[in-house]
Order: sequence, then C-alpha cells, then structure tokens
Amino acid sequence: MSFYPFVVAAVLFVAGLYGVVTSRNYVHLAVCLTVMQSSTYIVLLSIGYVHGGTAPIFKGPAKAPPVDPVVQSLTLTDVVVSVVVLALILALAIQAHKRAGTVDPDKMTDLHG
Amino acid sequence: MPLLPPLTVAVPLACAAFVAAFGSLIPRRAVTLTAIAAAVATTALQFAQLLQSLPRDLNHWFGGWTPQHHFALGILFTVDPIDGILACVAGVLVVASLTFSWWGLREVSHLYYALMLAFLGGMAGFAISADLFDIFVFFELMSVTGYGLCSFRQTSSSVMQGALNFAIINSIGAFFILMGIALVYGRTGALNLAQIGAALRGQHPDALVVVSFVFILVGFLTKAGAVPFHFWMSDAYAVAAAPVGALYAGIMSDLGYHAIARIYADGFAGSLGAVEPAVRDMLVGVGVATVVVGAVMCFIQADLKRQIAFLVICHGGIFLCGIGLLNPAGMAGSTLYVAADAMIKAAVFLTMGYIIVSLGTSDEFALRGRGRRRRHALAGVVFGLAGLGFAVVPGSGPWLSASLIQQAAVAAGFAWLPPVLAAGTAVTAAAVLRSGARIFLGWGADHDPLISSAQPDEPQEGEPQEEEGISIVSLAPAGVLLVAGFGMGFAPHLAGWATAAGRQFLDLPGYIHEVLGGQYPPPLRPGPAFHPGAGSWAYGAATAAGALALAAASLRWSASGLGQVVARLLGPPLRGVRAVHSGRVGDMATWMTVGAVALCAAGAIGFR
Repeated sequence: MSFYPFVVAAVLFVAGLYGVVTSRNYVHLAVCLTVMQSSTYIVLLSIGYVHGGTAPIFKGPAKAPPVDPVVQSLTLTDVVVSVVVLALILALAIQAHKRAGTVDPDKMTDLHG
Repeated sequence: MPLLPPLTVAVPLACAAFVAAFGSLIPRRAVTLTAIAAAVATTALQFAQLLQSLPRDLNHWFGGWTPQHHFALGILFTVDPIDGILACVAGVLVVASLTFSWWGLREVSHLYYALMLAFLGGMAGFAISADLFDIFVFFELMSVTGYGLCSFRQTSSSVMQGALNFAIINSIGAFFILMGIALVYGRTGALNLAQIGAALRGQHPDALVVVSFVFILVGFLTKAGAVPFHFWMSDAYAVAAAPVGALYAGIMSDLGYHAIARIYADGFAGSLGAVEPAVRDMLVGVGVATVVVGAVMCFIQADLKRQIAFLVICHGGIFLCGIGLLNPAGMAGSTLYVAADAMIKAAVFLTMGYIIVSLGTSDEFALRGRGRRRRHALAGVVFGLAGLGFAVVPGSGPWLSASLIQQAAVAAGFAWLPPVLAAGTAVTAAAVLRSGARIFLGWGADHDPLISSAQPDEPQEGEPQEEEGISIVSLAPAGVLLVAGFGMGFAPHLAGWATAAGRQFLDLPGYIHEVLGGQYPPPLRPGPAFHPGAGSWAYGAATAAGALALAAASLRWSASGLGQVVARLLGPPLRGVRAVHSGRVGDMATWMTVGAVALCAAGAIGFR
C-alpha cells in the first residue's frame, strides 16, 4: 500500500477545512465541504486497492487478485450521502439568500452562539 | 432470527415514504393521525424488543448472512437492554412531539410528518446497529432529517443560519467518523464491531488505532455536543420548533454518547482495554469540561430555548462521565439518566412551545409575570416540577440514576467527580427554576446585568404565530412525559436490571463469543435492588437545595447593589466565555479542529 494517497487525502481534508473556516459565502462553503469529503473517498479507495488487481467481479477463474469490493461500496454510499447533504445545504443557502439578501455568514449575525 | 429489530426501523421509514408520497392528497388531520399511529406502532415494537432482549441479546443478521468460521459476513443489528432503552425513549418522545404538533403546529406541510418519521427510523436504526458503516449510514439519516426539521419553518434568516451551521458542523463530524471507520477497516478488515474487537484483541494500541478511535470520537462528540464541539447546538435549538427541539434535547444528542460507548466497549476495547485508565481519564476529562461550560452558559441565558440547549450540553457531560467511568454502574446510571432526563427535557421544551405560542416570546425578562394568569397555571406547574427534576430531587428518576453515577465514580476512584457533577446539575436546574419563577410568579427584576437577553427578533424564530392561542390540552404530552421521568425513581429494580445490563454491555469477550460464535451468555439476572445510601440522599438533597438557593439568590439580588458587585466581579470572565460562543461557522470549525488535535495529542501521549 502506497503512502501517497494518504498524503493527498490529508491535503484535501486540510484544504477543505481551511476553506470552511475562512469562507465568506455559504455556497463556497458547501463546495469546501465537498472537497473535505473527497478526502474520505481517497482514503477508502486506497485502503482497498491492490496493485495490479482486477475489478471485484467473481465469474470464471480469477486472473489476478481482486481489489476490495467493500470499500468501493462504502465509497458509493458515501457519494450518495454527500450529494444529499450538499443539496440540502445549497437549498438552505438559497432560502437564506431570499430572507437575508446575503449568503455571507458574517453578515447574517442574528445568532450569537 | 428475531424479526423485531429490523421492523422498528422499517415501519417508520415505510410510513414516512407513504406520508411523503400521498400526504398531499389526504386531509392534514389524517396525515397527523397516520404519523402518530406509525410512531405508536414503532414504540410498541421497541418496547417488545426491549422485553425480548432482557434474557439475552437479539441479534438479527440481514439476509440470514450469519458468521461463517468466526468471520462476520453480514450486517448485524444487536439489541441489548441498554440500546433497547434508548430506542424506546426515541419512540416515546416522537409520539409525544407528534401529539403536541396536533395543537402546536397546525399550518404545517405533510412533509414535516414524513421527516419526523424518517428521523425516528434513523434514531431507531442508529441505536441498535452493531456494524460501523451501518452506524454511519443511520447517523447520516438521522442528521439529514434533523437538518430538514430544523429549517422547515422558514420564518426568518436566522432559522436558515442556525440550520446551515448545524448541517455544516455535523457534516464535518461525519467526515471525521468516516475517516476513522476507513482507518480501522484498513487495520482490521472488518466493519462488524465484534469482528473489530476480535481482530484488535490483545494488540498494543498503535498510532493507527488511536487516530481512528479519536476521529470516531470527534464525530460523535460533535453530534452529542461535547466541549469544544458544541457551538452549533444553541443556535440549532433556538431556531427549531418546539416539538423538534424536544427531540433534539431529549434523545438525539445523547445517542451520540451511547454510540461512543458501544464502539469502544464492543470494538476498540480489544486494543485500548490495555490502557483503560487513560481512556477513562480522557472521556471523564471531556465530560467535566462539558459540564462546566454548559452550566455556566446555561445560567447566563435569558432565552428559554438557549437555556435548555446549554442544559442539554451540561447534562450530556454528566452522561459522558458516567459512560467514561467504564464500569457497569456508570453505564447503567448514564442510560437511566438519559431516559429520565429525556422525558423531563422534552416536557420542558413542549411547555416552552405552549408558552411561546400563547405569549409570543421566549425571553425570560420579556415574559416576567405574564404567566400568572390562571390558564397558564398548569404550564407553570410543569415548568416548576421539571426544574425540581433537573435538580435531582430525592425520589425522582434523575436522582436514582445520578446516584448510580455517583457510586460508580467513587468505585472507580473518582471521588472528586460527584461534587463537580452536582454543582453543574444545581446551576442548570437553578436557571430553569429562576426563569420559571420569573415567568409564572413574576418574581425578580425585569433585567439582570449577568444574563444576556435575547435579541429583539429572536422570539418569533421557528414558532407559529397563531392568533387564537393554543389549547391547554396541548400540555398533556408534556405532563405524561414528566410523570414518566419522575416515576422511574419509584422502580428500584430498574437499577438492578440496568447494572446487570451494563456489565454485559462492557463484556467484550462475551460479546465476541455471542456474535461470532453464537454462544450466548447465561440469561441476564438483575443485580440486587438498588439501595441508595446516605451519600445518594446527601447528593440529591444538596443539589436540590443548591439549585433552589441559587435560583432564589439570582431572583432576589440580581437588580440590587449586591447583584451589581457580583456582575462586576464575574463580568469579564463571563464576557470571555460568551465571546467564544460567537455563532460564526468558521469559529465553530476552528474549535472542532482544535479539539480534534487536542484529543489526538492526548491519545498519543496517554495511550502508549
């Protein structure tokens, strides 16, 4: 198992987190969340990856060791979940824009923690 | 193969789909009745599953994929009494909230009911999943429906902002969980908790195990609202409608703590069991920090919903301490405390919904004396009794469970812990008693330099504005919940059962044999009936007296010269605590990162 996918994942995670922390726009923020989530796909897929392996379709004699199908299905589920969350956050951002006329979290200062 | 566990998830989800698809075609009252019926049926199934799980755990393998040669292939639901109790609490609270909605939320789309049922399905599945990825999926189902429920009343931009911050922070928490799951899968090749426990058993905790455990911990602590992952909670609670807030406060947050308990006890304990004192210190440490911050912030809020939000945070810290003691009595105490406290918290939230609809605001000072009219007397009684329940008055359900935690703490060598927990409990209860006395009796001044008032536009948030008021019957669900919460104190055998169940819950080798080998432990026998000792009575009496004294002092002296002196002394530190709660989503994410790094560092140092 190579080390590089984890470096890429860490970079994506931190970059996304930096974006979330500094964002001034909820739409931009939603995209940053997607960047963060991409890092989980990479970690999942790289864990199940077998160098020189084939697709995990078990029919006939196996030519090479298959990659792990479990993490692939986890990634698919993860993609579905992320799409749902992204859609919901964008919908909320649109509603926020309708009410407040802005999507800047700092300008919507009605709430104070 | 027991059929009840999957049914408790399938019934609410199927009914949610039905309501979403056909709800617009049938009258609104019929939709409400359908939703209530579905929730009642689910709750009945959950109680049946709890009773069945008493002699031995219920294990349902989906599609009949049972383990082969001690290797788990399929996906598992495990119902043991601890998880069974939580599932029942979720069901009961959803029934109560939906019943309140009959009066409290008349002009609401049928999709609200679909979301409530899906939320119930998510919680039911989350409570009994014994597979890491399944836990994640139900976590997300519960979260996404939660975001929707938070925002369905789009009355103002602050509702949107609260829901957005809720969604964003919890999503980051979910990424942490998923990352942790991926790492532990990479290490063990398993998602089933028992399988993970078997794979990790006897292995020294290396960096990978520690990091994956901490990541999963961060995610669930975010959901549960532990310090410093709690910043989203007060905003989400403040903007949620009362029936939704009752569910958030009652059960959603606390499910996060029990997920941590299950994942540790059934999985990671295999490896981290070798450094159990360090795990105990970490969990209790986070718990104590949560108790302190939650109690202080609770006391200085004037908005009723924010008070309860911080009360939930503070009490969550107590549950985490009970779980973190990692002994049967602590586990049992936490579970019973969650159940009893959930009933009372939800009762208060529903009563607040009644107050807000009747009187148009949730600000303690704006409401001063306005609850003195005779038709609000019942709401005042519920409020006052709930405050006494929060103050663990001897004989009540919370008192029984707090005594268990107290004994567990002493047994684990944490004799300093009960006074800290008692102080936190007393301060939060004092806040509720104080606001109740101010609203329903008109006591105290109409301002207090210590307490931050709500902003002028906040009262309308998320609440229906109905001209004709609200029927007094809408308080019935709150009353029933209150009776249930108090009544748990009159069932001394409950504690014996729960302690025995807690012992089984923490028994990793037994669980591995049961799941992978099919060899069940001997049927559960209740421990001896719980006899509260002198310490328990002292604990309850001192907490209740402290709460009453603090509430009285706050009402009596807030506007006098003494109050000014106290405000001048406590002002600067309180301003600091308040400034940290800025409500900015970027700050929340920063605090999360700080917390995650701190826990990782603590794990790296402590778990070696």
